[in-house]
Amino acid sequence: MNDMTPDANETDTKKERSALAKWSRRGFIGAGVLAGGGLLIGIGVRSGNPVGSLAPKVAGAGEQLVNSWVKIDPENIVTAIVPHCEMGQGVHSVLAQMLADELDADWSKVRVMQAPTDGSYIVTDTARMFLAPFTMNAADWIEPTWDGLFTQLGRAADALITGGSSSIRSTGQYQMRVAGAAARKMLVGAAADAWGVPASEIETRDSTLMHKASGESAPYAEFASAAAEQPLDQTPDFKTPDQYRLIGKSAARTDIPSKVDGTANFGLDAAPEGLDLSYAATVRPPVPGTRVASMNPARAKTMPGVLQILNMGDFVAVVADSYWQAQQALGAIDIEWTPSDSPIKTTQDQFAAFAKSLDEAGETGGEEVAAKGNVADAFEAASTLIDAEYKAPYLAHAPMEPINCTALVKDGKCDVWTSTQVPLMVRSAIAEGTGIAKDDITVHHPYLGGSFGRRLEAVFATMAVRIAKETGYPVKSVWSREEDTQKALYRPADTSRFRAGLDGDGALIAYDNVFTQRHDPAEAHVPGIYAIPNTSVRHAAAPLHLPFAAWRSVDHSQQGWFIESFIDEVAHEAGADPYEYRLAMLKDAPRQAAVLKKVAEMSKWSAPRAEGTAKGIAIVESFGTIVAEVIEVDMTAGKPKMTGIWAAADAGFVVNPDGFRNQIEGGIVYALTAAMFGELDLADGAIKQSNFHDYKMLRMKDVPEITVAIINSGDVPTGGAGEPGVPPAAPALTNAIFAATGQRLRELPIAKQFA
Amino acid sequence: MAKFILNGQPVELEADPAMPVLWVVREKLGLNGTKFGCGIAQCGACTVHLDGQPVRSCSLPVSEAEGRTITTIEGVNGPEGELSAIQRAWISEQVPQCGYCQSGQIMAATALLRDNPAPNDEDIDAAMSGNVCRCGTYTRIRRAIKVASGQLEATGEEV
Repeated sequence: MNDMTPDANETDTKKERSALAKWSRRGFIGAGVLAGGGLLIGIGVRSGNPVGSLAPKVAGAGEQLVNSWVKIDPENIVTAIVPHCEMGQGVHSVLAQMLADELDADWSKVRVMQAPTDGSYIVTDTARMFLAPFTMNAADWIEPTWDGLFTQLGRAADALITGGSSSIRSTGQYQMRVAGAAARKMLVGAAADAWGVPASEIETRDSTLMHKASGESAPYAEFASAAAEQPLDQTPDFKTPDQYRLIGKSAARTDIPSKVDGTANFGLDAAPEGLDLSYAATVRPPVPGTRVASMNPARAKTMPGVLQILNMGDFVAVVADSYWQAQQALGAIDIEWTPSDSPIKTTQDQFAAFAKSLDEAGETGGEEVAAKGNVADAFEAASTLIDAEYKAPYLAHAPMEPINCTALVKDGKCDVWTSTQVPLMVRSAIAEGTGIAKDDITVHHPYLGGSFGRRLEAVFATMAVRIAKETGYPVKSVWSREEDTQKALYRPADTSRFRAGLDGDGALIAYDNVFTQRHDPAEAHVPGIYAIPNTSVRHAAAPLHLPFAAWRSVDHSQQGWFIESFIDEVAHEAGADPYEYRLAMLKDAPRQAAVLKKVAEMSKWSAPRAEGTAKGIAIVESFGTIVAEVIEVDMTAGKPKMTGIWAAADAGFVVNPDGFRNQIEGGIVYALTAAMFGELDLADGAIKQSNFHDYKMLRMKDVPEITVAIINSGDVPTGGAGEPGVPPAAPALTNAIFAATGQRLRELPIAKQFA
Repeated sequence: MAKFILNGQPVELEADPAMPVLWVVREKLGLNGTKFGCGIAQCGACTVHLDGQPVRSCSLPVSEAEGRTITTIEGVNGPEGELSAIQRAWISEQVPQCGYCQSGQIMAATALLRDNPAPNDEDIDAAMSGNVCRCGTYTRIRRAIKVASGQLEATGEEV
């Protein structure tokens, strides 16, 4: 199942090594003494030495910490301590895989432990990637003067973040591999001293040290303690790709066995030992920015199991013996909400607000996002002009696990158990919302039942703690699916207007685009991979009625569809094949061209098509990964049925091919669900859709085979996996529908246009 | 007093007769493998077997289970606790991502394979389309069902 060949690139390896050396010299690896007498190696994020204070939080009885990202127990089990949250992306396993390869650990004896929620585990690289524009290689742009700045910013932002498709290329590449390599070197040093042989003669494999000439051999555990006294190499050498045993291979994920027998522990499953839980159902105002005006709980008070009914001002809660009883009682409370002063009441109002901003910006106004050449002159010179306007709806994330948080507030201290992408931000939000000191708050964060950006906020945790503070006993607060659909944060709606100018040969010589929503990442709004001589991209800001959320691939999720749909229109207008037309504009972009060629080849793009079917193509580079997709649709029933999906991706170097493919497949299904069905409508300022019956999901019957090819154009991971599969999917589908029917879809979702 | 057989064991407990089986097994019996997803029988995360048939436990009042047999994900293992062929295929094909819906998926697939030992794509789509997976693991589920039914070779890992 491995379709890639590690292709060592000498120059890149050297560049990488030198970047790592720069990085490490700034005290990246720190040292501290363990109570057991050993020396402990950790990641020096804070000034001073955080390793000693971390040790008791991760070391169990009888275990020896070799460094703070890895410990080796007496049974020779290597435990990788992973700072990122596991939400289905396989990060726990793949980061352990990177560490274990450098350590030469026996993969069957590698375990994974979630790092505790402690400021010392701040993911500095990830913070950088969130706080600065993405580039192809983080280390290349990390300058010493930025280091302190970003550490401070990261701490201020509570950057224990899992997101931005960044875990492998930041934490994996710059922390886990370093930890593994450093630990291995120290184990070798300890064995060399004990055996009286040169370190260079000692080999390591499968968590065992070996010296062939003397016949000596020992498991790592035997030298775990002595290793801690070895000199600390700040810049341990990485393996070269030809030495990889785990990196680049499809190792099985360590979390999967618990996810087939019901034992995996998600936030909603929190059952802290010794706590007798009660359950809360909550309801927030239907319109953002409004509050509880009054409530009549008389009937609810008499219902079975009800313990407390709380008017918290910004929400109402019922606490009961069971969640179901709490829900029943909540539904029996008559609540009046304060009026909203938002001028936007309906979906039409929202799009009218976009249109107003875009009209005001006109043909040249708005904030400049990108500009190249002279667009006005090029439009004058063009022989054909094409105008188009696209509209994307609001979307909810709808992760399978409903939002929840279990909280206990006792003696001024607080413990919470919740599914989150940002445990430290949860801690700060609770502190701010309740007055409990940060150091008195412990955030336990088990597996996430999906997230896709949903759990990057913390209001639900603060609500749960406020309830638990009122009750004094532990409470599990659970949002209904309806609450999560209607009262959350959202992928914004937007309108995007384009103009293209073509010369007499059909070449795209001028491109102008203006839209209203600009969040992140910065490059999402620019057709940067294509060679277009005159480009103007503008942002005409317009207000949103619903609060903004990062939704898997963030701005790329709308912009990928806008841009790749419009490029498709241009290609057809030029009378060209949309694949060939794109390829011609990628003549100076060899990696992107190779990805596009690969997907065309896989999907047999040029083969004659069956009656009523057609294929569409799109390519988007996001989060450092280039992904091209082809989707085939069958329109013979008068509505789209997908019959084949192909994707080609270049992420530089893929650490776990099967895991990467799983993420691309998942990104495609997530994007196509939104493209086919996803839409939140406003009426009276509130969201109309409420649950899966009217916020529909793709089902198994709707999803054909998905074939994913991986191109490794480098020898280090430069791109992410979780998000880059998303952006090309919607345009590939709508472009296919156009190819089959001549109908250009400029609004989403698709299904209602064929109802 | 509600009485039923849960994973082969007789159970008796006090519960509101209208309380859904989902919350009875999770909160009163401490079996957390069955998941809450939508509460209106639209997503399948809460799928259990009632007398062998897959049902949505979020919308099944415990009174309707009176005297009947309920099987949850905790009850699909073999007699020695060994994984079923379906669970093994879920591992060999690396099906789960977040894993939250997979208890329900496995319960639906278990019922399918018991009744139809060699399902084709249409059979699988028909039996499994009541179960939503937001991570998008549908194509792997389809393959895993074929592996479990002996129609495809297991994929397995490389290391």
